[in-house]
Amino acid sequence: MATTEGRVTREVEEVVEEVSTGQLATQEMILNVGPQHPATHGVFRLLATIDGEVLTNAEPVIGYMHRGYEKLVEARDYRQITNLVSRMDWLSGINNELPLALAIEKLMGLDVPPRAQYLRVILCEMNRILNHLMFFASFGAELGAITPTFYAFREREDIQYVMESVTGGRMHFGFFRPGGLKEDVPRGFYSAALAAVRQVIDRLWHYEDLLVGNEIFKGRTIGVGVLDKEAAYSYGVTGPIARGSGIDMDVRKDEPYLVYDQFDFDVPTGPNGDCFDRFWVLVHEVVESARIVEQAIEGIPSGAVMGKVPRVIQAPEGEVFVRTENPLGELGMYLVSDGDRRPYRLKIRTPSYNNVSALPAVLKGTLVADMIAILGSFFFVLGDIDR
Amino acid sequence: MDSIILAATEIRLGPINFIATDWWIFALKLVVILTVVPVGALVGGYALHKELGHLQHRLGPMYAGGFHGWAQTLADGLKFIYKEDIIPARADKPVFSLAPAVIFVPIVMLFLVIPVDRSLIVEDLDVGIFYLLAIGSVGVIGVLMAGWSSSNKYALIGALRSAAQLIAYELPIVLTAASVAMLAGTLSLVGIVEAQDWPFILWPPGLGLLLFLIFMVGAIAEMAIPPFDMPVAESEIITGPFTEYTGMRFIFGFFFAEMAHIVAFSAIASTLFLGGYKPIVPWGPLDVIPGIVWFMGKLVVMFFVLIWIRFTFPRLREDQLQSFAWKFLIPVSLILILVTGAWVLYAPESIWPR
Repeated sequence: MATTEGRVTREVEEVVEEVSTGQLATQEMILNVGPQHPATHGVFRLLATIDGEVLTNAEPVIGYMHRGYEKLVEARDYRQITNLVSRMDWLSGINNELPLALAIEKLMGLDVPPRAQYLRVILCEMNRILNHLMFFASFGAELGAITPTFYAFREREDIQYVMESVTGGRMHFGFFRPGGLKEDVPRGFYSAALAAVRQVIDRLWHYEDLLVGNEIFKGRTIGVGVLDKEAAYSYGVTGPIARGSGIDMDVRKDEPYLVYDQFDFDVPTGPNGDCFDRFWVLVHEVVESARIVEQAIEGIPSGAVMGKVPRVIQAPEGEVFVRTENPLGELGMYLVSDGDRRPYRLKIRTPSYNNVSALPAVLKGTLVADMIAILGSFFFVLGDIDR
Repeated sequence: MDSIILAATEIRLGPINFIATDWWIFALKLVVILTVVPVGALVGGYALHKELGHLQHRLGPMYAGGFHGWAQTLADGLKFIYKEDIIPARADKPVFSLAPAVIFVPIVMLFLVIPVDRSLIVEDLDVGIFYLLAIGSVGVIGVLMAGWSSSNKYALIGALRSAAQLIAYELPIVLTAASVAMLAGTLSLVGIVEAQDWPFILWPPGLGLLLFLIFMVGAIAEMAIPPFDMPVAESEIITGPFTEYTGMRFIFGFFFAEMAHIVAFSAIASTLFLGGYKPIVPWGPLDVIPGIVWFMGKLVVMFFVLIWIRFTFPRLREDQLQSFAWKFLIPVSLILILVTGAWVLYAPESIWPR
């Protein structure tokens, strides 16, 4: 071995001895996964310390996408905020608008007509299917199976089309208003929505065979990246990830808002908290969402979609906290009003932020390849972390 | 002793005579190979686009060139010619520049010994199968060169994965190829095809199919296509050793090489197991179809299956791949060598019915 400054030279026998006793000191390397990396779905950086292919430490670095929405909303009136919060988690725009509308309604004591509540449920659940299919697609792609991605996108397109026919938007819908909806659904909506949702369910099982039933997929995900129940609780993990860890928790069931208490649906949970369970929960939630959409369309009442709302929305002084079940977990909004037309403060608790904070605990000691599987199964949206 | 010397001179005399007397034929053959391989890779790339499109419920390229976008791969190639050739500042420049050639040239050289028809072969080497296996593993040096010289951590991880994978999967390939050579009684590829009255995949029953499956698993791993594409795993380590490459170097080191590699291994598999240029079953009327059609047909089927596999399965993990190779494939192929040997020794008339 050549003598170089600052480097210890060792005899060959010494190295051989170390290798044979398993004490060879290998050099650790810091690997920046991101901010630009195919597996991070955006500008997310993971500062990984690796020893060979084993991660000895991992630290998520977030904040690349901070757009300061919490501050921005303080300068806008209540109607304008809808379009801002819709952009936090760009995969589930309409689900983000919901807690805001609920918070304003609660603060102002507005009544929402039942028809609007049913339609909100339908749109939210269809949006949930959109979101889950997206993660279904990306998880497959991260494990190297590209084809399921395209199948999932094809199904997404059908639902996307129905959503577009209602709201005019594909990602940022901006459809919920304090007191109801922007307008009623177009003619032919029910049949189109039912057809799209049923088609997803029909085909989902075929696609599931491509992944969940695949031996390689099982080998890559079962027992990998286990997040146990206690850790999930202590990190405040919610949504499919918490349910994958066996926590039976769903705001729609535990603290029903809108008209969720009138529908019959299950909350799937996984026993082990590994990547496979998280993915399994995700797939099954698509089915449950579809069931809710079917029931809601069956039981939808007629009537107005907008309650009696004053011309100027001006919340009285006070504060309110509303939480809803976003596709990725629990979304909470803490709205403080000083009686102005603008909120005094809007604190947003987004699911992705807490979910990502549990990453280091899971990643320590895994392989680089498993790191990707874990990142893919920790469903998070960058805009939702940084907002 | 005399016979050994005689055999040695026989091996050496073939090419020497060739160059001495018909050098222009040799040159012509070189030109043909240097044309056929890139064209084959282009056609392969187009076929991949189309098959992928149909597998994934989309159209694939539809515009370039008119009919179903036939010129798309050509256009892609042109685009890459015009792209800037970036060499990272901290890269080891000569090694970095040379690596794609070291990857691509051995793949071209694979085609030298593959018999397309009874007499349509560049060089019928007596050690054809040995040559294939030896040349086929040179490419990994290029991958290591690319990974090390890029001064990129992802490239380094990819190169090391690639080297580990090659060592693990070269063995099943070599062992099954050895079984094939034992079955055929020769190392020459033309000889191997001639020995297959029934293609080896059908006869000897069971044994040939097992050998074929192990060979194909090894081949997929050596080509580093999914489910064994850990060295270039896009979602994990970007493109592994080729992360820092751009333009033509990227195409030759990665995409073009991969396409040519798939075509080459389809050809090798059809030669070793599917009876090459001979009909798939020894039935008189089938002989009417020319050998080149049989060969190309088998090649296309193999290519189709490889692409099908490539876009269906998720990726394995590096350690799973290693344990699959060392704990399963290599022992099984060693046992198969014993079985083949016993079969050849005790029941040769069942393998060579002639």
